Amino acid sequence: MVKIFVPRDMLAVALGADQVAAAIAKQAQVENISVQIIRNSSRGMAWLEPFVEVETAKGRVGYGGVKVADVAGLFAAKFFEAGEHKLGHGLVEEIPFLKNQERLTFARAGITDPVSLSDYMAHGGYEGLKKALALSGADIVKEVTESGLRGRGGAGFPTGIKWKTVHDAKADQKYVCCNADEGDSGTFADRMVMEGDPFLLIEGMTIAGIASGATKGYIYCRSEYPFAITALKEAIAVATAANWLGQNIQSTEHSFHLEVRRGAGAYICGEETAMLESLEGKRGMVRAKPPIPALVGLFGKPTIINNVLSFCAVPFIMAKGAKAYAEFGMGRSRGTMPFQLGGNLKRGGIVEKAFGITLRELVEGFGGGPYMGKKLRAVQVGGPLGSYLSADELDIKMDYETLAAQGAMLGHGGIVVFDASVNMATQARFAMEFCAIESCGKCTPCRIGSTRGVETIDKIVAGTNREANALVLEDLCTTMTDGSLCAMGGLTPMPVMSAFKKFPEDFGLATHKQAAE
Amino acid sequence: MAKKSVVTDLTFGKSDPATPICAKHGNRPDALLEILHDVQHELGHVPETSLPFIAHALNLSRAEVYGVATFYHDFHMKPTGKHVIKICRAEACQSAGGFAVIAALEKTLNIKLGETTPDGRVTLEAVYCLGLCPMGPAALIDDQPKAALKAHAVEALVKELA
Repeated sequence: MVKIFVPRDMLAVALGADQVAAAIAKQAQVENISVQIIRNSSRGMAWLEPFVEVETAKGRVGYGGVKVADVAGLFAAKFFEAGEHKLGHGLVEEIPFLKNQERLTFARAGITDPVSLSDYMAHGGYEGLKKALALSGADIVKEVTESGLRGRGGAGFPTGIKWKTVHDAKADQKYVCCNADEGDSGTFADRMVMEGDPFLLIEGMTIAGIASGATKGYIYCRSEYPFAITALKEAIAVATAANWLGQNIQSTEHSFHLEVRRGAGAYICGEETAMLESLEGKRGMVRAKPPIPALVGLFGKPTIINNVLSFCAVPFIMAKGAKAYAEFGMGRSRGTMPFQLGGNLKRGGIVEKAFGITLRELVEGFGGGPYMGKKLRAVQVGGPLGSYLSADELDIKMDYETLAAQGAMLGHGGIVVFDASVNMATQARFAMEFCAIESCGKCTPCRIGSTRGVETIDKIVAGTNREANALVLEDLCTTMTDGSLCAMGGLTPMPVMSAFKKFPEDFGLATHKQAAE
Repeated sequence: MAKKSVVTDLTFGKSDPATPICAKHGNRPDALLEILHDVQHELGHVPETSLPFIAHALNLSRAEVYGVATFYHDFHMKPTGKHVIKICRAEACQSAGGFAVIAALEKTLNIKLGETTPDGRVTLEAVYCLGLCPMGPAALIDDQPKAALKAHAVEALVKELA
């Protein structure tokens, strides 16, 4: 029996993985070869999807970009015995893109069947929770604090401090909420970990529940991720049946119940207070802070809200210790970050590395630069609210503080690359337009400012009172930055102004060089 | 004869398809989004006529239910086409030629984003990121993901939809 792996990841399926798996099964039957097809998670090498792997005595070998039309040829080349084929990549573990990573969160990516609990446990799963079950809440909080873990959703707030606030709060009911409304364009790490390793998120949230005394958890997952929702629901059912969720987990006094809730296509619900409103069945309107959700959160109760990747970092921290995690990283950014390479790149996908790697190593080293050898012109880091960086800023180190000093932000670690064909005035206009579409409408700078922003950029590009309107745009951006209730309106000026300042020629304005002459 | 009050009329909403869906979710007001998703899944849209029954079942005001149904992009108050194409308009897909694919879809279907073909066959919608960013442009066609779309291949793609 030959074990053949075909990912069930949404991107692999989008590129034909289901059809490829069916074709392999059919061909195996025709050729009377005994195979077991396992729908594994994705390795995160997007450009090689569907990436078919075969188990051999030396380890797994991979074949990338497999189409249904290639299946007969693969059988002819005896791929099931690791035979040579033009799509072959040899031993998967030796592929440089994978070999040069430091995968903690994505340690099991591509290796396991996402909803197999025995696979999960055979690869280190639930080691963290086992340790946590023997500790007091305060001790768990201490471990997480010492690891230096900061919120991976974008704000970078120390996770341990947030957990301590909820731990210390007195209430009859507390909640743990996972913000899985990964709406930022160019980010897909949450999706991949939820689809590919759902038990990891469940384990991380369960530890958060035990640490804080919360017995009920919600995963708020965006509806654009149907595969993630399915995988999570399957995994929750499996974990509950095995008593890793529910009443008296593993016969201890700890109980934790978990539920998945679907979003409904509103970007603003990635803002934590809008997400709480949505979880309560209401319009996703941002709440004013204070009070902070750690004290007055879901249904008015103390609530831990973390991003998917924050929860998913916790099982490693508990299993291997805070120190092991904190050894990765630089400055105040400890641990690893699953960076997401997207857009116009030869090799896009997940690159998990310690903080401190340069943007150049990511987009040129791992990513291979824009496809078809075109020249890179701009990189947007941190989603639709993140700054655009120009081609001469690529040596910047990826950590929270270095990026902030450069007027940029890490956000959720999404990196979108644009080649020379991009028009940055179009990108700036899009940022304002997106804000206008997705604003919840509660505060004026965001609701009205974004619409006025689109109009003003149109005027600048059309050459109507260009210099005066450029001032209006700057003024408008200042108002939005300082006056908006949340990050939606507050950060939209980042892509707008970075495009405007760094690429003035696209707006019909003189470049800095021309202006100086 | 006095009209029956909504509050005391136990048969209120019994014939509406939304009522059993609310019951399935325990008539919990916090499950409103899930309820609206399920109603839409069953009926193809969220009919405005169902909103009062949902409000009644969850003990909410009609305004609250209407407010939620209209706030979220996912919910349609009018019937959609037989097929729904959700095409990504966000940055990563833009960098890979997403706008050209959208233009080709609009031309082939002869409708704009947010519209349905007059024969009710296809609805074309914008979506902002499907998380398939390294291999854009991406779309969801009747909940089936598609990636690495090409403008010149759009016509064939649309033809496949019966």
